Amino acid sequence: MIELQDLTRMFDGQPVVRDVSLTVEAGEIVTLVGTSGSGKTTLIRMINRLVEPSSGRVLIEGLDAASLPVHQLRRRIGYAIQGIGLFPHRSVAQNIATVPRLLGWPRARIEDRTDELLELFQLDPARFRDRMPHQLSGGQAQRVGTARALAARPDLLLLDEPFGALDPIIRAQAQTDLRAVQRRLGTTMILVTHDIDEAVLLGDRIAVMDAGRIVQYDRVARILAHPETDFVRAMTGGPEGVFRLLSLVAAAEIAEPGEAPGPPVDAATNLREVLSLCLSSGREALPLRSGGRVTLAAIRALAGRGGQ
Amino acid sequence: MRAGRFLPGLAALFLLVFLLTPDSFAFLFRPLTRNNAPAIYHQTALLRLTVSHLSIVAIAVIASGLVGIVLGILVTRPRGREFLPLARSVTAIGQTFPPVAVLALAVPVMGFGTAPTLVALFLYGLLPVFENTLAGLTDQPAEILEAARGMGLTPLQRLWHVELPLALPLIISGIRLTAVISLGTATIGSTVAAPTLGEVIIAGLLSSNTAYVAQGGLVVSILAVLIHHGLSAAETNAARAAGRVG
Repeated sequence: MIELQDLTRMFDGQPVVRDVSLTVEAGEIVTLVGTSGSGKTTLIRMINRLVEPSSGRVLIEGLDAASLPVHQLRRRIGYAIQGIGLFPHRSVAQNIATVPRLLGWPRARIEDRTDELLELFQLDPARFRDRMPHQLSGGQAQRVGTARALAARPDLLLLDEPFGALDPIIRAQAQTDLRAVQRRLGTTMILVTHDIDEAVLLGDRIAVMDAGRIVQYDRVARILAHPETDFVRAMTGGPEGVFRLLSLVAAAEIAEPGEAPGPPVDAATNLREVLSLCLSSGREALPLRSGGRVTLAAIRALAGRGGQ
Repeated sequence: MRAGRFLPGLAALFLLVFLLTPDSFAFLFRPLTRNNAPAIYHQTALLRLTVSHLSIVAIAVIASGLVGIVLGILVTRPRGREFLPLARSVTAIGQTFPPVAVLALAVPVMGFGTAPTLVALFLYGLLPVFENTLAGLTDQPAEILEAARGMGLTPLQRLWHVELPLALPLIISGIRLTAVISLGTATIGSTVAAPTLGEVIIAGLLSSNTAYVAQGGLVVSILAVLIHHGLSAAETNAARAAGRVG
């Protein structure tokens, strides 16, 4: 569990982050979303003390982050950034091994861990282990960067716009992969993004930041259904708002008995996709592979209730 | 391109044969002599002069290299940053102050011989190494240093494992400049009795024997080309290791 208590950071007399308190449950992904200049990057950089808080505390599993020597603290916290920052003079395996080597792991354990992570990120160890960073595509470099951040089994992984440099198609894949990796490892993650769709897709909870404060912190569905301020409403709503809500609900949740024509879909398919399929194929309902059907009427009714 | 690859080898071979048996090349230099003056310098063996010339240059380059690199590192650390302008002025003065004047000033203190030459070369060679070290250490991608900091490398680990390897190609390039400059400049050391190839050139000037001037200059310039070539290759290797080129 990560607790931020009354964190404030002043730059030149101006508060960039003001009195932020936030609790992140172990094993969850919290996405920190806000416009640029909202203080979200400064906030996560205070967690690994790349920026020292002007006041307030960070507790990691109950331990005050300020009580550790800063380099030891950082070795316990994974950190992945938009620019990735792979060491260009080190191979993929050496890059991933950075923190385990600093921690003095035995060589065999480091090699096992490196291969394990490469496989987890779908990079064949035999092919990628000895490659140099300049031989990687943007998507591969991004995966190596995340693997490097996870190498020493950190309590917490901080990600600052990790997919910012990727093109949309590769970004979508990278987001799905990160979610899958997080499900397998159970690592607690805090991810900074300015993209509300990314925040919705990846987050268990979303913290919306504006002008240095957290204006709302809640489960994704609640943020979308009950924005508490105009800022959050503007961020989550708009013409896309209802689709974001639908993307959170699986078809199975509003399935009803009955038949429907055409090819069936998985019960886990989200309603945004179901809606899209209904519209594109001109059907009023889709059959589920597991039996039953989802109707346009049910989707419409759900959307009308704000996803509840 | 193909011929270019063999050229340094050929030059080295030619130099070696010339230094070992200079008299066999007398026919080359005879046209440059007048009044039956000797074509090849014999007061001191050319090989011996070459070895001592190279030793003096090596010592001076190692010294200015070490000092230049250490100075470059110190003034790029947070605590040393305020000394950056001072270090820049000192090395710039070292470069702009004529080595001949350094010799003239050093001789009364240190006497004739090798020592004043070393001082002059040391001061003269400081700037290229220092400025290149500075450029190499300051012009690094911010995200790499940020990642290194974020992963918990200590300042010393960042310097040793990240900053210096990335700066190495530029540092080697600075050493190359210093070495090539010093190789030519070392000849003036012979005006204060340092045993360098300048002795041959000066003897040629004093006795109006162009053949001496030519052979002294020839040996120095071939050495310069070879050293330039060798260090350029080292620089390319370092750049490749630093991931700068495919």
